[in-house]
Formats: sequence, structure tokens, C-alpha cells
Amino acid sequence: MVKVTFIEFDKTEHSIDAEKDTSLMEVAIQNGVPGIDADCGGACACATCHVYVDQNWVDKTGKAEQMEQDMLDFAFDVTDQSRLSCQIKITDDLDGLIVNLPEKQF
Amino acid sequence: MQANRIETDCLIIGAGPVGLFSVFELGLLDIKCDIIDILDKPGGQCAELYPDKPIYDIPGVPEITGEGLVSSLIKQIEPFNPVFHLSRIVTELKKVDDRWEVKTDFGDTFSTKVIVIAAGGGSFQPKKPPIKDIEDYEDFSVFYSIRDKDKFKDKDIVIAGGGDSALDWVLDLHTSAKSLTLVHRRKEFRAVPDTVNKVQELIESGTINFELGQINQLSGENNKLECVSIKNGDQIKDINCQILLPFFGLTMKLGPVADWGLNLNENLIEVDTEKFETNQNAIFAIGDINTYPGKLKLILCGFHEAALMAQQAHSYIYPDKKITFQYTTSSSSLKKKLGVKS
Repeated sequence: MVKVTFIEFDKTEHSIDAEKDTSLMEVAIQNGVPGIDADCGGACACATCHVYVDQNWVDKTGKAEQMEQDMLDFAFDVTDQSRLSCQIKITDDLDGLIVNLPEKQF
Repeated sequence: MQANRIETDCLIIGAGPVGLFSVFELGLLDIKCDIIDILDKPGGQCAELYPDKPIYDIPGVPEITGEGLVSSLIKQIEPFNPVFHLSRIVTELKKVDDRWEVKTDFGDTFSTKVIVIAAGGGSFQPKKPPIKDIEDYEDFSVFYSIRDKDKFKDKDIVIAGGGDSALDWVLDLHTSAKSLTLVHRRKEFRAVPDTVNKVQELIESGTINFELGQINQLSGENNKLECVSIKNGDQIKDINCQILLPFFGLTMKLGPVADWGLNLNENLIEVDTEKFETNQNAIFAIGDINTYPGKLKLILCGFHEAALMAQQAHSYIYPDKKITFQYTTSSSSLKKKLGVKS
């Protein structure tokens, strides 16, 4: 198990033991973390699972690939820490991962 | 706007896979369908969200893309000649004698015996950026879709976004606008390559302005926009404009159906599991938009619901006729309807 923490816009924290090889989006949905809509179900096609990766974890989660960058154009208030959580795969390296959620997935 | 009045037996709301397949099941029972969708093409989520993504759980089809499934369904329902009414959203619902009357934002009115709501996750509507007070300017200075572009003539326009819609409107509006500024968070655009090239040329020649960044504040008075502030890192730049057109893609919302007096449960429409009928007679809900104990949001469940729904719909449309259950494989009358030789 890999521990990941979602921090809502209002600072509410959700620490979850995530299963390896699932996506961070799936972890959020399966555990009822509010603030991740995932309209398209993980197809990298809607930009409603936008998260901000904690600065200390940006290197480990890596950068968004081309398709994800394109999709992030449809998210709001995108920063260098922005990722779509459906494209982050849970691995052992991410044990302790912290991501912040936007005010809303619009 | 067209004032169109259409009489039909069955109005299907939503042209996703389940809406399309219901044309088939209803067609086998001699029920003629009109089908409405807010998108400009049939297919719903399969067409809009994941045309190229494979689907693995359609019975008997090990792998098919969203687009592939939609084109197969369209072929399958061809014999029943459904009438498509695209790029419009249903607005009002009214009971008139023993029929339902449905209006759309396109100005048409449908008079129908039966309504099938197959609207999936809801209607695709433009995303509204969460900028403070943006709603004050909506429909006056801020528009998420464009029906009448004449009102933008000789105005200072800001277009936000970097996809097809944003760039298409840049190309369309820059000649009639007083000035046009495109705002996007990065230098790369995601659109048809030819469109991207044309927009790049307009930027390079100085015909339009390009600002790197994201809009973070609006200012103006009495619903009239005067200025947008664009944030790029720590820098803020103000652009004077009267019109803002944000294009950030689509999101799904239940929309006006929510106000139709149907029993809802967490934005899903409650139905029974025998007929998939709502609390209103002759209004059915099938596919992802409905809920009942044990509901699974799978395309295959929507197909099943369509088949059972059609049986009850038949009783409203042909109250005096009894249905004899038949198989397409063996029934000569069904084969005739499908246009196949027996």
C-alpha cells in the first residue's frame, strides 16, 4: 500500500492507503474524496480531475505528457504543479504523496 | 430561430449509444422517433469525450472505439429513419391533453406521446471559468457560445482558451472586431493544424494580440465589462474590452430536465426496473441518467433498459394493439422492418 494525501481547497485532509497501479483519480473516487469529478472516467478527456501536486513531489510524479497538457487547457488556474490525477499512476515511489485540490473542477 | 412544430410518437432526448439503440428497439415495435441532442453530432460521451478510446465490455464485441460503436449503432438504426435534431437543448415540458409538449432553445416545439430521456451524464454545456462575479456579465458581455456574432462587431474582444472553439472564433471574429486579444496559458494550441497556423500568422503579423496567462479578474459596471486582468506568474496585465468569450470545453449538467417535476436522487432520475418509467406517465429515463436499486452505469445496462422501456412505450402509442414477442432472427415481419430478406 502507498499512502497518499488529498488536501481539499478548504484544507480538509484525506489520507488514503492507495493500491499500486491504480490511478490517483481512481483512489480519490473509490474513497469518496470530494473535489474530483472525473466526468470522463479516466480517459484523459475532460480535465475534471485536476490536482496540484505538492512542490516536494513534482519531480516524483513527473511532468504531464502532451495529451495531458492539451487537456489541461480545459482546466482553470493551471500552474506548474497542475496534473490530471487520472494520469498519475500509483507506484512505491509515491508513498507519502501530497496533492492539493482546486476550489472546484469547473 | 425557427418556429418549428413537430408531431412525433416518441421524442428521445440524448443521442448517445443508449438513445441511439432505443431507436432500434422502438422501431421494431413500429414506433417512429425524433431524437434531440445538444451536441452537433450523435454519439454523446462516446463522440465527445472518448471517440478514440477502446471500450471492452460491449457484449459480443471484444474491443471497439467510442466512435466505432456510434457509427455501428447509426448503421443499425438506419432502417427506422430516426429524425435528428442536433445542437439544441430541451427547455420546457408541458402536458397538453394526453400528449407531452417539449420546447427547445432552438425555437421548436415537439408534441409527443412518449418521451425517453437518455441524456447520460446530462447535457454537455460550456464550462464557466470560476472567475469572481463572472455571472454578472453573462449574456451581456460574457458569452460561452455564440449564436449571433453581429453583436460583437466593432467591439474589443478577448477570447480565452487554446482549443478548436477558441481558435475558430478568433479566425471568424477578428475581421469584424475593433480589436481581438487571445489569452491562453501557454504558447501551444491544440486545434486543427491549419487553424493553428492561421492563428499564428495573425499573431505574428500583429493583426490580433496574444497574451500569455490566465484571466483572474473582471471589472466593469452594470453588467458591462470594461476590463479583464490577465495573470501570468506574478505579473498582472489589464486589457480593456467589452466582450469576453471563454472557451474551456464542455462539462455535463442535468440542465432544464431537473425542473420537469421528475423524482430525482442525487441528480439522477428515479425509475422502476420493469419499464424504466419515471414518476410521470409516458416519460422514461434510460442509461446513465437513471437510478434504481442495483443500477450500474454501463452501456450494456442502458441497452437492456431500452428494450424493456420500448414495451411499455408501445402501450401508450398503440393502446389497442397487443405485442407479440418476436426474434429478429426468425420473425419475417421484423426482418421486413429491418430491410433484410427472409
